[in-house]
Amino acid sequence: MQNNNNDINLAQQIPSITIEDEEFDYRSYLNAAELSAIEHEVAILETREAAGIEALKVVQQHRGWISDDSLVAIAQCLGISSAQLEGVATFYNLIYRQKVGHYVIHLCDSISCHLTGYDEILIAIKHHLGIEYGQTTADGQFTLLSNPCLGSCDKSPAMMINGIHYQNLTEQSVVAILNGLNLNLGESHD
Amino acid sequence: MTDSASIENSWLEQALTKALTKPLSHLVNLEQPLDFNGYFKAGGYVGATIALKENSPKEVLNIISDAGLKGRGGAGFPTGMKWSCVPALQDSSKVKEHSYLICNGDEMEPGTFKDRYLLEGVPHQLIEAMIIASYTINANKAYIFLRGEYYLAAKRLQQAIDEAYENNWLGENIQGTGFHLDLYLHTSAGRYICGEETALINALEGKRATPRAKPPFPQVSGLFGKPTVVNNVETLCNLPHILKHGSQWFKDLSPNSDPGTKLYAACGQVNNPGVWELPMGVTIRTLLYEHAGGMKDGVNLKGLLPGGASTDFLIEQHLDTPMDFDSISKAGSRLGTGGLIVLGDQHCPVAMVLNLLQFFAQESCGWCTPCRDGTPWVVEILTRLEQGQACSEDLVQLDELCDFMWLGKTHCALAPGAVEPLKSAMRYFKEDFEQHIEQGCCPYKSNNVQHEGTHNGK
Ligand SMILES: Cc1cc2nc3c(=O)[nH]c(=O)nc-3n(C[C@H](O)[C@H](O)[C@H](O)COP(=O)(O)O)c2cc1C
Ligand code: SF4
Ligand code: FES
Repeated sequence: MQNNNNDINLAQQIPSITIEDEEFDYRSYLNAAELSAIEHEVAILETREAAGIEALKVVQQHRGWISDDSLVAIAQCLGISSAQLEGVATFYNLIYRQKVGHYVIHLCDSISCHLTGYDEILIAIKHHLGIEYGQTTADGQFTLLSNPCLGSCDKSPAMMINGIHYQNLTEQSVVAILNGLNLNLGESHD
Repeated sequence: MTDSASIENSWLEQALTKALTKPLSHLVNLEQPLDFNGYFKAGGYVGATIALKENSPKEVLNIISDAGLKGRGGAGFPTGMKWSCVPALQDSSKVKEHSYLICNGDEMEPGTFKDRYLLEGVPHQLIEAMIIASYTINANKAYIFLRGEYYLAAKRLQQAIDEAYENNWLGENIQGTGFHLDLYLHTSAGRYICGEETALINALEGKRATPRAKPPFPQVSGLFGKPTVVNNVETLCNLPHILKHGSQWFKDLSPNSDPGTKLYAACGQVNNPGVWELPMGVTIRTLLYEHAGGMKDGVNLKGLLPGGASTDFLIEQHLDTPMDFDSISKAGSRLGTGGLIVLGDQHCPVAMVLNLLQFFAQESCGWCTPCRDGTPWVVEILTRLEQGQACSEDLVQLDELCDFMWLGKTHCALAPGAVEPLKSAMRYFKEDFEQHIEQGCCPYKSNNVQHEGTHNGK
């Protein structure tokens, strides 16, 4: 019941998406690799709806983030309303509903990191990249986000960038890590 | 080649000497976990063989109940009792309905990293455990619900699952016993509330992950309306060893009322943060000074949370309390996940509580009013307090908010969990709270990094 209420509210907030729902052809929007990965997830679950989070992750892996069009396409593919899928997508930290940089920095801001030098690390990153939380560098390379406890509390402060965890950060090491990534930019990321 | 093989052998030899005293962790290898063959040779899948070939589901249930295993996910609920509510185990005369097993690997409680150690270090142990649990509760499908940030664990678990299928420990007719089990890995996408078992079930169904009202309890109506058991990673990992060595061995592991070992941890302002498997009921003092190496940089202990972010502070006078469920609750807190978060006396306790409450406010799912409105309200007050801009009425307000969010007033335990560190901090560190008001600034400021835009004086 409660979910439905939330969805109604969300639908009201995002009228443009629900209007487009009718005329969208997800088969021409999603590519073959995306479609087959989504169908693979659907096959191991009891309902198409249940594959929502997996499908969002599949498309995000291919496109970097979930645009409104992607959201509508996935919703149609799963046979649910885009408003309902939006309720799922916006619930999670790791689903990006805005365009992000090539590297997304998730800096842990929870308690063990707070007790072991988080403030200095945050200042070092902000200073080095010239961005605040939620922003992307002008060259589109780095986005800075916070993350709840990354499970590296015994090796704090910690951050995660594109699926790789970095631990025991210092003001020097964090800058070295970011510089190192910048050099690797030519390589594809998954 | 021979060199690395002999290193491997001596590692294994060493590891096996601890099989009976550190059952959960003796095979943990974070660099390179054992593959199927390695795990099998080290005595793996013996527990599952005993369960499937020598015991009926009911008999396995009895062994686990007799062992007295309690849930390691935070609440300490007896595992056998939880399982026995599943209809298939209640009435043997009826046609048995299939149930689901879900392993809760969400692990997002700040200060908790014990499950990660088992997931990354010995993934086959969890798979073996889930075979045993699924067999017992009559599940043919099981899911591992893993937090999205644990990429390495996901990779290692999927590899182990694939190997288990190849070796007929998953799939049809497991080892010729007629038992069938499919095991799937679901990776989440980062949201603390998904760890609450009914929210987790909604998440698996593809819904927005708000908790469900109970009853019905998941054991009766859970995933897709079917009987469902949700157990923590560490809870499950005990099963192969209990089957292998017996319930009496498990009880003898610890001198206390709570049997078995526990993965204890420590983080924060200690010299040697980490995770250690120790007999259940080791004292806080032993954990803090012998294992975690005592306080860092010569600071003194101000207080600690004994079992993750949602437990009450304990202080110096509690150091000789055994870390078991009953003793810690008698001391006024909860064992929770068994990981100490340690605060030294050079760091502001108000800032610590503010950080904790910011987490809970952000992660509240927003379903019930006390939590949705109460947690950000507390954050607002604590932010002002920490900057020296609060007055004494604010402390009264904080007290009232603690009542407003307490047990029984919300759908799940997130809000009461947020109250625990807040309320206990206001009791033990009352002077610190008051000094922020009297001095109009944070008395610890010279020790801490200045927050951006810090307020100066009045
Ligand atoms: C907000 C919240 C978050 C939780 N997160 C987790 C978690 O990450 N892992 C876990 O095992 N249990 C978590 N729990 C407890 C579960 O609801 C459940 O009690 C547990 O998985 C049961 O396993 P056990 O009986 O083996 O301990 C959480 C509970 C709440 C209220
Ligand atoms: S207590 Fe908080 S997290 Fe739990 S159901 Fe209510 S609003 Fe959601
Ligand atoms: S608090 Fe930062 S990793 Fe746990």
